[in-house]
Amino acid sequence: MAIESEVLVVGGGLAGLTATLAAARAGADARLLSYKQSTLRNASGLVDILGYTPEGDGPLVDPYDAIADLPDEHPYRTVGVPTVREAMALFDDAVPWYRGGHTDRNALLPTHGGSVKPTARYPEGASAGLASDDRDVLLVGFESLVDFDAPQAAAHLRAAGVPFDARGVTIRFPGDLRADATVTRYAKLLDTDGEVTVRGQARPVRDALAERVNTQLHGEERVGFPAVLGDDDAPGIRAALGDRLGAEVFEVPMGPPSLPGLRLEDRLFAALDAAGASIETGNPVVDYDGDGRVERVYVERNGARIPNAADQYVLATGGLVGKGVESDREGVSEPVFGCHVPHPDDRYDWFETDAFGDHPFARFGVSTDDDLRPTRADGGTEFDNLRAAGSVLGGYDFAAEKSGSGVSIATGYAAGRAAAEEVR
Amino acid sequence: MASAPHVVIIGGGSTGAGIARDLSMRGLDVTLLEQGNLTHGTTGRMHGLLHSGGRYAVSDQKSAAECIEENRVLRRIASHCVEMTGGLFVKRPEDSEEYFEEKLRGCEACGIPAEVVSGSEARAMEPHLAEDIDKAISVPDGAVDPFRLVVANAASASEHGARIETHSTVTDLLVDGDEVVGVEVDHASGAGRHVHGVEGGTEEIRADYVVNATGAWAGRIGEMAGVDVEVRPSKGVMTIMNTRQVDTVINRCRPKGDADIVVPHETTAILGTTDEEVEDPEDYPEEEWEVDLVIDTLSELVPMLADARTIRSFWGVRPLYEPPDVGSTDPTDITRDYFLLDHEERDDLRGMTSIVGGKFTTYRMMGEEISDHVCDQFGVDADCRTAEVPLPGSEDFSVLRDYMDEFGLRSPVGRRSVERLGSRADEVLKTTDPNPVVCTCEGVTRAEVQDAIEGSGSNLNAVRIRTRASMGNCQGGFCCHRLASELHGEYDEATTRAAWNELLEERWKGQRHALWGEQLSQAMLNYALHATTQNRDHDPAERDGPPVDFGAFDDGATPTDDPPTRDAVADGGRDGD
Repeated sequence: MAIESEVLVVGGGLAGLTATLAAARAGADARLLSYKQSTLRNASGLVDILGYTPEGDGPLVDPYDAIADLPDEHPYRTVGVPTVREAMALFDDAVPWYRGGHTDRNALLPTHGGSVKPTARYPEGASAGLASDDRDVLLVGFESLVDFDAPQAAAHLRAAGVPFDARGVTIRFPGDLRADATVTRYAKLLDTDGEVTVRGQARPVRDALAERVNTQLHGEERVGFPAVLGDDDAPGIRAALGDRLGAEVFEVPMGPPSLPGLRLEDRLFAALDAAGASIETGNPVVDYDGDGRVERVYVERNGARIPNAADQYVLATGGLVGKGVESDREGVSEPVFGCHVPHPDDRYDWFETDAFGDHPFARFGVSTDDDLRPTRADGGTEFDNLRAAGSVLGGYDFAAEKSGSGVSIATGYAAGRAAAEEVR
Repeated sequence: MASAPHVVIIGGGSTGAGIARDLSMRGLDVTLLEQGNLTHGTTGRMHGLLHSGGRYAVSDQKSAAECIEENRVLRRIASHCVEMTGGLFVKRPEDSEEYFEEKLRGCEACGIPAEVVSGSEARAMEPHLAEDIDKAISVPDGAVDPFRLVVANAASASEHGARIETHSTVTDLLVDGDEVVGVEVDHASGAGRHVHGVEGGTEEIRADYVVNATGAWAGRIGEMAGVDVEVRPSKGVMTIMNTRQVDTVINRCRPKGDADIVVPHETTAILGTTDEEVEDPEDYPEEEWEVDLVIDTLSELVPMLADARTIRSFWGVRPLYEPPDVGSTDPTDITRDYFLLDHEERDDLRGMTSIVGGKFTTYRMMGEEISDHVCDQFGVDADCRTAEVPLPGSEDFSVLRDYMDEFGLRSPVGRRSVERLGSRADEVLKTTDPNPVVCTCEGVTRAEVQDAIEGSGSNLNAVRIRTRASMGNCQGGFCCHRLASELHGEYDEATTRAAWNELLEERWKGQRHALWGEQLSQAMLNYALHATTQNRDHDPAERDGPPVDFGAFDDGATPTDDPPTRDAVADGGRDGD
């Protein structure tokens, strides 16, 4: 007997989570199979829709405005602007502490290199850092935390022409954290407000940290820290530091492992639970049965192949990073269902000469029909009941466009909802 | 003439740095000029093999004997640059038995310790060797870090008073009648350490003697004085694997051919190579077939290479030379021997000698010979000491053991740092400040990076070759911005950003040849981290057009006619951010 559900989603990143949530909220019996750690841990936690056109114009003030001019094969063109808006409404409802939904305009957020990036949604914890806010900023870095150099980031922001004064200082984090402490170690210590020893005296870490920053603060109304300010009690930590500093406190999004990304992932899993979806993590889908229609997939668990059957399937296994798209010297493929992935024959045509050139590999992924169903090389549909969502889709370069989260949410929503409609 | 003759050496590869050390130790006044970073030309683009001489034991026994002699010298004077891995000449069933015997006899004739091992013994040493290997000859090949070795030579020269100028291109030779009397130099960023954004300038440097040690570029320098130096540059590819499939140098035991060596190097294995004559040492095609050829052919020796992950490929240009009357058509036939071309004897041009051809392993011997020659010109009577005096970092290698658990570093990181730094570990790592790891793949700490910056200025590629930071699996995906941050403070933001961009481009260059499988996934991740989160591809600080209109974007204020989603939040609980 196979494990049965109405809608089965393969892949637990932003697209798969959104697809499962959309299907479950539409009343379907939805099940999520997630194999590996989600790529959300690599993401800054900022949720972008579209920051630049494929031609590189931008930063775009209004991402929705630009969608009509995207190429036909772009996933946003497949789902259309109204669907993108509905999908973002679902996201806003599921993750209430995200900001930016009050306006169609993009926000510009400072990130750890000191540049600013356009984004449509941002965690509440980053909101006091908006680059269009004209209040002065003090950035605070920690001596041992090599991913964020506050003086450099502040100087970089000034070079970018931000409308406020930015200053950066580096302090030693209070207490005796080892030089290679992870971001979660900082977060845990702040979460518990653990005691640290400063000049022979034991003190709560939040007090000790605020005191060190206070001596450096020269009237700035906003203070930015690297995104390590807690996991369980982030609002409490920001409030406590803010009170002691007399300034608004924000986090600067960083690279992996990204606490804001992990917090977002936790929250979406909780939303799935609340919506009644079933979730299985840690085991890969290794095979499927079906011809023209997916009958069942096989999950490998402790060496056994466990069949999982559903009426409708969503492929949300990610792109090259998430290994939903694979390659070897001969070509590029989609490993779970063997869907066609268009690509140039010669691998030397997969990339451009410059590091930030217009790389074809960044657009690798399956192509689909209007209903997000992957298509074969001859244009026909691969499977009647399989839709694709997120980075496994081709035809767009999320890194250059700053569109990864938005495409995942919009196509995840569209695929999940369409799948649920089929079983209704 | 001043108290000591002033010698200008052009070329900061192994040969030039070796000559600079030798002459400065003999008391001469030395200036070394290099157009890029040290090792910029051929030296930084070799496979990292410390020859036992076995490779030349049949075809070129003079070179083979020199190799084993210098192999022993380098183990003594440069222990912190050398890893004695041992090497195997492996015979497959289809390879000639006769040649195998010839190789063995050749090694014996040249004094190279060589021993036949059976196929099963070879596989016991190297479990990933192909099942059908017949047998092998074991020789004392090793791995050597060319960057570390050249930097140590330059440091030693510097300690003996030499002036070392990198990023300084010789634009002309100053010729007075029939004598070279100096050089004209274009400094990319002023004299001294390279700093991005600093105004350069030209300088005339007068010299009593000029040594042209520019390898594949020797013809270009020769032309400036109207003499012909017929270097025959030949390119070869090297493909870097992400891990060491072998811990011994693996050579194919056959007369000659492409793709016949795997060198375990630090955390990687390097596959080589091809041999194709090129017109221009700076502009030649880097081709797909070369990468495929080394992978496919070497898979016959180590089958797992066929599907293994490669992290990048690079090409080097051999500075081959043969006297014009030999006329080899195939570059593999050109001798690997070196030649000292005294332009006075050869072209009636006094004051300059070129040194061409040769191999990395014998760089010191070449340096000694040309230093003898230069000293003869001036009647200087001073002994060469470069074979006896250890290089900086290799003075007392027993310190390695003592340092293993010191410096507050996790022990694998500490061990690797100390191996790289050798006897310099103490001065570099003893810091009272926190010393976090900057490059996780290669275990490079802040103290090492800072030491490298002190030595090489704002050039992160120079920091890279000194420390190996950004040379591991992720190819800089996770550490390029951290390295840039390490520059900041000493250098301003604009300088830092220029160096950061340059490092990103350099790291991309070699990865392009490894873009499939795991490394394509890695490249996409790196691209996503740098473009998506750091917005390196559209940095507002580097815009061509009008500045960003920050006022047009969301400033957080909720317009009154929009639904105020802000107030809808009351959670603050477990799920709250």
